[in-house]
Amino acid sequence: MNAAAARRVDRPGPLVLVMVAVAWLLVVIGLPLATVVVQALAKGLGVFFGTFRQPDAVAAIRLTLLAAAIAVPLNAAFGLAAAWSIAKFEFRGKSLLITLIDLPLSMSPVISGLVWVLLLGARGWFGPVLAAAGVKVIFAVPGIVLATILVTVPLIARELIPLMIEQGTEEELAATTLGAGGWSVFFRVTLPNVRWALLHGVLLCNARAMGEFGAVSVLSGHIRGVTETLPLHIEALYNDYDFAGAFSAASLLAGLAIVTLIAKTALERAGAVNPSSRGFHAP
Amino acid sequence: MAAFAPSPPASWRESSPLPGFGLALGFTVLYLSAIILLPLAALVTRPWQHGVGGFLGAIFAPTTLEALRLSFAAAAAAAAANVGLGLLIAWVLQRYDFPFRRVLDALVDLPFALPTAVAGIALATLYGPRGWIGGLLEPLGIKVAYTPLGVFVALLAVGLPFVVRSVQPVLADLDAAYEEAARTLGAGALQTFVRVVLPALGPALTTGFALAFARGAGEYGSVIFIAGNMPGVSEIAPLVIVGKLEQYDYSGAAAVGVAMLTVSLAVLIATNTVQTRLSRRGGP
Repeated sequence: MNAAAARRVDRPGPLVLVMVAVAWLLVVIGLPLATVVVQALAKGLGVFFGTFRQPDAVAAIRLTLLAAAIAVPLNAAFGLAAAWSIAKFEFRGKSLLITLIDLPLSMSPVISGLVWVLLLGARGWFGPVLAAAGVKVIFAVPGIVLATILVTVPLIARELIPLMIEQGTEEELAATTLGAGGWSVFFRVTLPNVRWALLHGVLLCNARAMGEFGAVSVLSGHIRGVTETLPLHIEALYNDYDFAGAFSAASLLAGLAIVTLIAKTALERAGAVNPSSRGFHAP
Repeated sequence: MAAFAPSPPASWRESSPLPGFGLALGFTVLYLSAIILLPLAALVTRPWQHGVGGFLGAIFAPTTLEALRLSFAAAAAAAAANVGLGLLIAWVLQRYDFPFRRVLDALVDLPFALPTAVAGIALATLYGPRGWIGGLLEPLGIKVAYTPLGVFVALLAVGLPFVVRSVQPVLADLDAAYEEAARTLGAGALQTFVRVVLPALGPALTTGFALAFARGAGEYGSVIFIAGNMPGVSEIAPLVIVGKLEQYDYSGAAAVGVAMLTVSLAVLIATNTVQTRLSRRGGP
């Protein structure tokens, strides 16, 4: 933020610009958020809290937490490995690798689900093998986890790669010259240097993992209490015309989004994160 | 450097005294292969089961074609609108000081952070016949929910942060001195904006457009609740894929998926090219 360039609004021209911009933000972002809160509380606090006591809702929250608990650490490990190899070494095919990492960002979530059906479904490449082994992936929990991983692959890696490129290899080289081993260099030099960017990436990855809808919808099979994540549970309640229930469940995810935004903004204001990686996937 | 190298370097990479290259790159490539490459290969090879004719037949079926057209047209229209709206919001957030500026700035990312299903049911209710906005528009004869217009409205919200967050860092770096110089030399406010600011923002706006377009064309959760999903009218392309999967038409679903992916990637590559040209021409 270039605070020095920010001017006070003291003329009619800028005042109109500011008012139009604020009004549009309120319409596009404020009103949908207000709708969630008002609809969630429309039938009173009893109905609101009752939503979270239903066994199906509890199971959906559990599955959402499980999928995120698997996807986020795996993608964090991947992000660190990818950033270590891309930022600290020179090799051919690097830009191809970066393009590939970003690819899921330009895929429809539905396609991110579809690819797993084609690979692991009953009539997919490995369908017969999996069926013979008695493993059910598609329309079951493992499929939901795989879809969540695919959708969130780039989110941590693309936070770490530009930062680690910027930081260069000097500190690591110094540590190596002083006799530190590879893991020791990684844990005591590299990891502390990127910890805030890593946390920033984990926040964004987690928010997306817990909120993913399209990809898991394709793979879920929609069995209540078994293969429904929280976003799918919201859809089911909404389609049953249980609007108060749907919006109560939705308010939990909206709350998560707000908390994520606050934490992410705090990290950015503390100067811990490169300004170019503010958005969830800005260029 | 070479003196530190423990072994003669392979030709495809420069040697480095740092350890862990093999392990890190090995894990990276293995993970990407399992999570992205292999599933994508299953997608790309699938639609050709009945030859090129089968592929084209699936794409050019009237309702499918109409859904593809709606998804891409609505995404392009919303991304274009967001180039203007996003520029305005980025400009105001970056250049003026006013109450709650920082809160509003943080809120711009909400469409990224808010799960699409939550946005979807909120928009459907807001623009529905009894919603706060839908209720106002209904007496005017404007129907948003359950029409193609609903798709556009949902994508307006989805695409906004892409443009704002693309433009903001460039605006922050753009020295206000250039604008002041132009003003001193006699340029009016509008002239300064069009001749000095806009050329510098060209590449960022192009990026914002492309990202908003790619995201909008594939968007599912925010759209399906408000769209009405009538085949041939308000049904989006991702929903066609879901429908084909439900009928076990795997190759048809894959054909639509390949078509969507191809168009999105083509637009991203085209914008990358345009962007390189624009930045080579150079702003201030």
